[in-house]
Amino acid sequence: MESPLLDLRDIHKSYDETPVLAGVSIGMDVGETLALTGESGSGKSTLLHLAGGLDRPDSGQVMVQGQDIGQLDDAARASARRTQIGLIFQQFNLVPSLNVGANIALQARLSGRHDAAFCTELAQRLGLDDLTTRYPEQLSGGQQQRVAIARALAPRPALILADEPTGNLDEETGDAVLSLLLDLVADTNAGLLMVTHSTRLAARLSRRIHLSRGILEAA
Amino acid sequence: MRLLALILLLTLSQAHAQGFAGLGTQADGFAIPQPDPVFTFPEDHGPHPEYRIEWWYLTATLQGMDGTDYGIQWTLFRSALEPETSYDWTAPQLFMGHAGLTTPTAHFSAERLARGGIGQAGVTSDPFHAQIDDWHMYSTATDGDAYDALHLTARGSNFAYDLNLTANGPLIFHGDGGYSVKSAQGQASYYYSQPFYAVTGTLNLPDGDVPVTGTAWLDREWSSQPLSDDQMGWDWFSLQFEDGARMMAFALRSTEGGTFTSATWINADGTTESYGDGHIALTPLATTQVAGRTIPTQWQLTFPVRGIDIQTTPINAQSWMDTSFPYWEGPITFTGSHTGRGYLEMTGYE
Amino acid sequence: MLYTAIQSLSSHWKRRPGQLAMLAIGLALATALWSGVQAINAEARSAYDRAAATLGQDQLARLERADGRPVSLDTYLALRSAGYLVSPVISGEIRDANGRLRVLGIDPLTAPAAAQGPALDGDLDLSTFFTAPGLLLVSEATANGPLPTDLPPITISSDVPPAAAITDISTAARLLGQTDPSYLLVAPQQPFGLPPLADATDLQLRAPETANDISRLTDSFHLNLTAFGFLSFGVGLFIVHAAIGLAFEQRRASIRTLRALGTPLRTVLLALGIELAAIALVAGLIGILMGYLIAAALMPGVAGTLRGLYGAEIEGILRFDPYWALSALFITWLGAAAAAVQAMIRTARMPLLAPALPRAWAQASGRAMRVQTVAALALFGLAAMLALFGQGLIAAFLCLAALLIGAALILPGVMSVALRFLPTRGAFSEWVLADTRQQIPGLSLALMALLLALSANIGVSTMVGSFRSTFIGWLDQRLASELYITAADPSEAAFLMDAIRPDVDAILPIVSADQRLFDRPAQVFGVVDHPTYRQAWPLLAQSENPWDQLATGNAALINEQLARRENLSPGDLLPIAEGLPIVGVYSDYGNPNGQAIVSLDRFADTYPEVQPFRFAIRINPEQAPAMASRLREEFGLPADAVTNQDQVKAFSIEVFDQTFLVTGALNILTLGVAGVALLTSLLTLANLRLPQLAPLWAIGTSRATLAKVELIRALGLAMLTFIFALPVGLALAWVLLALVNVEAFGWRLPMQLFPGDWTRLFALALIAAGLAALGPALRLARIPPARLTQIFAQER
Repeated sequence: MESPLLDLRDIHKSYDETPVLAGVSIGMDVGETLALTGESGSGKSTLLHLAGGLDRPDSGQVMVQGQDIGQLDDAARASARRTQIGLIFQQFNLVPSLNVGANIALQARLSGRHDAAFCTELAQRLGLDDLTTRYPEQLSGGQQQRVAIARALAPRPALILADEPTGNLDEETGDAVLSLLLDLVADTNAGLLMVTHSTRLAARLSRRIHLSRGILEAA
Repeated sequence: MRLLALILLLTLSQAHAQGFAGLGTQADGFAIPQPDPVFTFPEDHGPHPEYRIEWWYLTATLQGMDGTDYGIQWTLFRSALEPETSYDWTAPQLFMGHAGLTTPTAHFSAERLARGGIGQAGVTSDPFHAQIDDWHMYSTATDGDAYDALHLTARGSNFAYDLNLTANGPLIFHGDGGYSVKSAQGQASYYYSQPFYAVTGTLNLPDGDVPVTGTAWLDREWSSQPLSDDQMGWDWFSLQFEDGARMMAFALRSTEGGTFTSATWINADGTTESYGDGHIALTPLATTQVAGRTIPTQWQLTFPVRGIDIQTTPINAQSWMDTSFPYWEGPITFTGSHTGRGYLEMTGYE
Repeated sequence: MLYTAIQSLSSHWKRRPGQLAMLAIGLALATALWSGVQAINAEARSAYDRAAATLGQDQLARLERADGRPVSLDTYLALRSAGYLVSPVISGEIRDANGRLRVLGIDPLTAPAAAQGPALDGDLDLSTFFTAPGLLLVSEATANGPLPTDLPPITISSDVPPAAAITDISTAARLLGQTDPSYLLVAPQQPFGLPPLADATDLQLRAPETANDISRLTDSFHLNLTAFGFLSFGVGLFIVHAAIGLAFEQRRASIRTLRALGTPLRTVLLALGIELAAIALVAGLIGILMGYLIAAALMPGVAGTLRGLYGAEIEGILRFDPYWALSALFITWLGAAAAAVQAMIRTARMPLLAPALPRAWAQASGRAMRVQTVAALALFGLAAMLALFGQGLIAAFLCLAALLIGAALILPGVMSVALRFLPTRGAFSEWVLADTRQQIPGLSLALMALLLALSANIGVSTMVGSFRSTFIGWLDQRLASELYITAADPSEAAFLMDAIRPDVDAILPIVSADQRLFDRPAQVFGVVDHPTYRQAWPLLAQSENPWDQLATGNAALINEQLARRENLSPGDLLPIAEGLPIVGVYSDYGNPNGQAIVSLDRFADTYPEVQPFRFAIRINPEQAPAMASRLREEFGLPADAVTNQDQVKAFSIEVFDQTFLVTGALNILTLGVAGVALLTSLLTLANLRLPQLAPLWAIGTSRATLAKVELIRALGLAMLTFIFALPVGLALAWVLLALVNVEAFGWRLPMQLFPGDWTRLFALALIAAGLAALGPALRLARIPPARLTQIFAQER
């Protein structure tokens, strides 16, 4: 039996004794796109960070492709992030001293899965092929987020985690970026877990869940 | 005639060897030994600064009260950089003293260097007194030849000796009346000896003082010429036979393997007979590792004309003179056609 | 992965070459000054060692007369004929208008093996060495330097100490006109059965000199240099620390991204370490090259200083030593590692998820400041204790160190307090002051560096200035005679004196003899009773009518050095002749050795062999030039045999200035380094401060005003630092003059103040701070408003 792409089971997490997640369970299959909505402070970013192995839960299991990454040490979680997961942040988090091309290839190189042709293809699909020698500070917000998307997809991760990927973009640009993201996720047969507070954007994904005060509610 | 002194001469005089067409010529101002010498004493017992090189060379074979064999050596070499002398720091006359003391189990040696001219070392003929630092050889004779009675002292870092010598025979002259030829090319020196000393005195050894008696042999030689280029080493014997006769014999070893030999037979009454090249033969019988070298320490010496065929044995095979120019020198005994004691010097073994 | 991590992280430098340059400059400067000083010290030490090892002095005992005069030849011969292995040395100096040379004549025939040194190495031609005209062995530098004329042939030999020649004793005897050995070397092993050497002679047996007088004397100087080198190294590391901190701050986000993308922390730290090591390697090599150049440039000055202050001979030439280069590189790495530790720890501890809140990386809490202040007060206490009760040079330097470190530590507290009490007008200036106070922790390292540099500058220049003005005043008194004549020999001198006596006011013969006093080398001078001396020689301590007593021949004057070293005062006996009572102490600046003055008659009785060949002439100053030309023309004296007062003074002052050239150069270099440190600190702070400046901009303060404030603030902080540095520097000068100088040189100088120098230094400090702040301020003035607005967006 094939294990689910992502399986969060009964996750609890507190910061400074303030409970943020109180028993959350989410399952996600290959090829699925899941929108996670909720108000500010509802714990959606925390949930995403746990799913991405950036942090560990107080209790519960974070199964990524059948492996509980919550139980791994720092180095092993780093390895999981490099190879299995692609992260897209609201702040883009590009490396300012690297040009666009190098930024796109960065994670693929780190994980030893660099495929120059694929990177070029990604750049073309995302409309970045004329910008590869520019530096992040010379790009618009939409362009920067497209670079971040390319970087996340380049190592062909099974799971894409996106935290408000269009939060810093205007509506029109945001829509365009999301369309590209969804197309690429579909083409690479990855799963996408996207945090957003916009129900309009959430509606474009295959499934939606809502987080409120650390507990899932039906969306 | 001992090769050691010639090495010293050569070393100290390199400038001349390089600066002039050749040694032994008159060009450098040194006098050259001539045949038919006429010696005058006591003057000739003293130094000859007009010759390049000269020595007073005494060896003694000694016995303690318990019959233990000992040997001592006392030598003063003179080497002139220029055929002149002066009485200050600039005097070009250099002196080198060597002292050795051999026991059956140990060998001690010491060396002193000094320049003449300031009084640290030198030789006077009347009264006869050869000195370097606190090493002395001086005449105690009240009449007759100055060499008839001598007092001898030397001191090293771990030994000393103090000996009185009395001659029981006359001076003898080697070669042709004291003109001693050293090679087929004709290099020569003035060479005479007093081989008839009886010795009494004291050896100061690390374990205590030892009273000794024995016999001694004094060589006097001076020259200005080095050996031939191809002469690389030297084996020299002084022998005392039980009947009172003495003999001096040497072989100069050539780099080509041949030798040049010479001998003087000295009857008990002091009459002599000289034998030129080819009369004696020396054959090594055994070698010993000494100071990292292989040295022949037992010899067969044959002298057919005199019916002599003897084998020599050292008192101490390690009689190594650890001086600036190291060499082997020590007392020996011999058996065979004749028995007796003697002294052996060997140089040029690398 | 490691390669990609290194590539990603180090791409930062490509985008910010200025920062890289700063880091490299900091490392290179630190390395340069430190390794330069080390090179100088090593070179000097090896010169001392060579001098000490000359003739095996470091291994061989020697016999000499208690009074330092030659041993008679008969005494030598008596020892030899008693069987002792001693070897004569005739040594002395030959000197003429062209140059001077110390001649060491040895007897290779008797010299113990340890003493044979260079003389018998290699294929030396013994006959040439032994016989006239002889052969002098000298070092290459000596051979190429000024030498007296009419020397015997010269051969180059390494291992001969500077300004000296080794030769056969016969040659030395001829050159120096001395047949008696100056001293005897003693072979370590003496022959069998002799009584101990000490029982056999009246001569003094001196143990081998493992550390000779010179290296002891010069220790203080080298300690001084080392302290300067260390100070510069520390200041350089401030720059490195600031540059690394800045780079860390700016790469914080990139590092976080790299880690989020799955780079393990170990890999990140390793990448940072490798990057730093590589930069340190390149910067270290540049620093070593600069250090070598600095050292080579300073070397002649150092040689001058050592000769002038201590009479130590070193060659003004620097050799390149690979071992030195390697150790300098190692120090660079160590320094870089030390400077990076903080940034590394921060990187390691940086949480992966904490919001990217930029915060002042060097923010020190008020508690840290209090701890520092307490530590500083303790150090001041220690410095005071050392000043009051300390003994010796080390205590003096410890006092110095405690004072400086204490001052640096207390600086942030002092600044903070000072800013609190500054008057304010209006909200804006209130904000400026509050903001400045907040900035002090971030700038404190740089300000401390500036404080150290300024204090050292004030201290050293006060010391040198006091020294110089005292010295010049002293020269004016000492060089009272109008003309100074050097004759070729005593008989020419006597002839000249007779010939000109009717035409001059007075002739003052100058005679001196070398003599050991209290087991140290010293000089004794004989003087005639003349008003010149009575008026011109100020005495530091005296009994009644010292000059009258001196004139009787039964009294002596001594210099301050001798008085301090041997704790002598008027009334004590000086062991010259049968013992002469001391009637006065005179100052004698710049002389490393003891000195005594007796009357000319007493001198002639005591040293009958010394005949004067130099003399001074008192004459109406207007007639002096005419007399000088008459001496040259009528008596054929060479031009340099007749010198007038002005020439001698000018020469003396030149020597003096040369002496402190090194100190001055190091001072300027240190100040420059402190300026660079300030610049890097300001650059580091500039970006961190944007969040604090943005609101002010938003509420209507123009960028230009903000930039102006930044500039003025830097100048103000530099000014405060300078004001604080002034008392610290003066305290430093006091320690140098009253403690270090007395311990190191044996004389004490009156301290003088040079407000002119302070003004110059103040200006320099402001210029350095202004230049350092100018760049960051200009950047602020031109910052795109978008950057400022972004701050609001980022500050969630």
